[in-house]
Amino acid sequence: MKTGEEVNEMEIDASKLTHKELNDAIRNCMLEGAERIILRKVYGQRYIGTRLYSPNPDNRVEIEIFGTPGNDLGAFLNGHRIIVHGNAQDGVGNTMDDGEIMVEGRAGDIVGMSMRGGKIFIRDSVGYRAAMHMKGYSGKKPVLVIGGTAQDFLGEYMAGGIVILLGLGNVSHKANFIGTGMHGGVIYIRGEVKKYQLGKEVGVVKLEDKDEEILEKYVREFTNYFDLGISQKEILSEEFIKLLPVSKRPYGRVYAY
Amino acid sequence: MKSYLLPEFEVERKEEKCIRCQVCVRQCAFGTHRYDEELDMIFSDVARCVGCQRCVVFCPTNALSVRPNPSAYKPNYIWTDERIGDLTKQAETGGVILTGGGNDKPYRVYFDHLVLNASQVTNPSIDPLREPMELRTFLGCKPDALALESWSESGDVEIRTAMPPNVMIETPILFTAMSYGAISYQAFKSLAIAASEYGTLFNTGEGGFPKELRAKYGRNAIVQCASGRFGVDAEYLNCAAVVEIKIGQGAKPGIGGHLPGEKVSCSIAETRMIPEGTDALSPAPQHDIYSIEDLSTLIYALKEATNYEKPVSVKIAAVHNSAAIASGMVRAGADIIALDGLRGGTGAAPKIIRDNVGIPIELAIASVDQRLREEGIRNRCSIIAAGGIRCSADVIKAIALGADAVYIGTAALVAMGCTLCQKCYTGKCNWGICTQDPYLAKRINPDIASRRLVNLLRGWSLEMKEMLGGMGINAIESLRGNRDHLRGVGLQEWELEVLGVKGAGE
Repeated sequence: MKTGEEVNEMEIDASKLTHKELNDAIRNCMLEGAERIILRKVYGQRYIGTRLYSPNPDNRVEIEIFGTPGNDLGAFLNGHRIIVHGNAQDGVGNTMDDGEIMVEGRAGDIVGMSMRGGKIFIRDSVGYRAAMHMKGYSGKKPVLVIGGTAQDFLGEYMAGGIVILLGLGNVSHKANFIGTGMHGGVIYIRGEVKKYQLGKEVGVVKLEDKDEEILEKYVREFTNYFDLGISQKEILSEEFIKLLPVSKRPYGRVYAY
Repeated sequence: MKSYLLPEFEVERKEEKCIRCQVCVRQCAFGTHRYDEELDMIFSDVARCVGCQRCVVFCPTNALSVRPNPSAYKPNYIWTDERIGDLTKQAETGGVILTGGGNDKPYRVYFDHLVLNASQVTNPSIDPLREPMELRTFLGCKPDALALESWSESGDVEIRTAMPPNVMIETPILFTAMSYGAISYQAFKSLAIAASEYGTLFNTGEGGFPKELRAKYGRNAIVQCASGRFGVDAEYLNCAAVVEIKIGQGAKPGIGGHLPGEKVSCSIAETRMIPEGTDALSPAPQHDIYSIEDLSTLIYALKEATNYEKPVSVKIAAVHNSAAIASGMVRAGADIIALDGLRGGTGAAPKIIRDNVGIPIELAIASVDQRLREEGIRNRCSIIAAGGIRCSADVIKAIALGADAVYIGTAALVAMGCTLCQKCYTGKCNWGICTQDPYLAKRINPDIASRRLVNLLRGWSLEMKEMLGGMGINAIESLRGNRDHLRGVGLQEWELEVLGVKGAGE
């Protein structure tokens, strides 16, 4: 570990560390007052950012990752910021509470599973069951923006939050069962999605002014983070569809009381 | 549609005793009793009665009695009244029949076919009233071996092995997972108070942990991380003594849970971190766990999130191949294995699942303990057994079969007033336990209910000490997996073999 020019920036070479050793080191950096931690040669270590629980809301760090972080990047994340210069694996932002995760590449399955706060921006595409059971309450509204496309079961069981699927790079959306079991939150999709691709608990509705505002805001953030070769305006010029749950209680009529 | 259902109960009111005080009217949330002002009479609609006996207990003149309806269909071994009732209900609704409580079908209760040993002549029994008797139990992974360093001058011994986190409880009885949402705030708080007073643990279930209770009761809490991930954040995980991953539940193995939207009040919504009035859906699987490797990923995610300071428990329903699954769980890093058997209770489950899926807990404890011993990894985890523990003898027998401790749910609810009417899923519990209706919930006073729970723990613990003393054992630890102290009565050979006990007289 070496200290950077500025006192609050620290750097870790992850090449010889297990996930526990690496996370020990990251935690130590935070406890020593680092505000920015740069991780080099990351090669699949799990749970980066998970061990940084701190009741003190001022104790927040930014982690910059070079290489490929392992599963559960930022699981239970407690308000920190993670930037990945590369791809991520499964479980990005699993059950995350607050903070930001930016991935300059693609991510695997269950991105943002059960997240209830914070933002995740994935430049390219994601795997299965993204935004699975994402939820929101009172002031918390998680946001997941995906540049490419997603695989099946996007937004399954979703109970809150915002998912935006941009379909950049001329990808076509092939996911099926989108929004199966969804009972809260909203999904915006740019590009064509056929009726049969949707779960039976969601309906397609027209965008309103406030939807335009939401899209404008998060697409702007997205284009600011990544070098995409396409502007916010160009992205927004194409039509989006909006998916909402049909009911807050999709399974209310299954039971005999 | 006219309902063809036969009322389950009959209400008898002795008119000469009834003083028209209307206590019964107010006590029944199901609306059984109705006062007619003009006639100055109280009428009872028996079709609404669930047999919870609340009105009977609270009637100041003992004017009421509620008993099973003597009206019955023609006796039929195959097509029982219950079967006909269920068929009728489904014909009228077309839905899945819900129920609450535990499996009430006459599966063999192995505890009732196991008898305990006692010392006679050849070894002395111990009188627990005069001699120290230890029920204290440590939950968590124990190291394979201890490296000791002794300091010859002072005589002190230092343990050099790094100890994995363990949690100490004063008696091997814990309160099982019952979520705020399934049970009322008052009932939830009663369990928390009782656990902290007696020095044991309660389990928040998967409905989150109200923030205002964390500072005081967190150190006695097991917090759950289940498929719905309700209320799970880093603070929730870090405030507790143990973190438990819920894979399954004895009353409903393999299926998820739905807390109906009407129960998701403002406070429930905040604790669960979901919008008010939406169904709280717990998916059947945890969608980040499709294998033992994935389970390991979540176990270590939780260890990371809690800085490796807390044991992580994994709870499964006892099913056919529990022993192999348990082996995988231990190897995946679980510090505690919680097994919930066929008779485990629930706030709501499809009846068909509750009554037909899973295996009895006694067989599961024995086979899991045996398997872990054979593989030489029994020390790496504690086993908590759950599902139909009714009395202190069941606890002792469970421990002799190989458990470290037990979870009690139904027994604790009965201590608070539950009468097992099994209508938990309606949210109308007249005893204020399984309801979110503030009018009903305030019937539980946490100060009184927690005293009843502490009394239960104390009574059972005293009885357990008596049984241990009788066997000539002075620490519960010496009983764990000590099946020589058990003998089977009326069991077949295969049953004795799975339980690992001899027949009585052998």
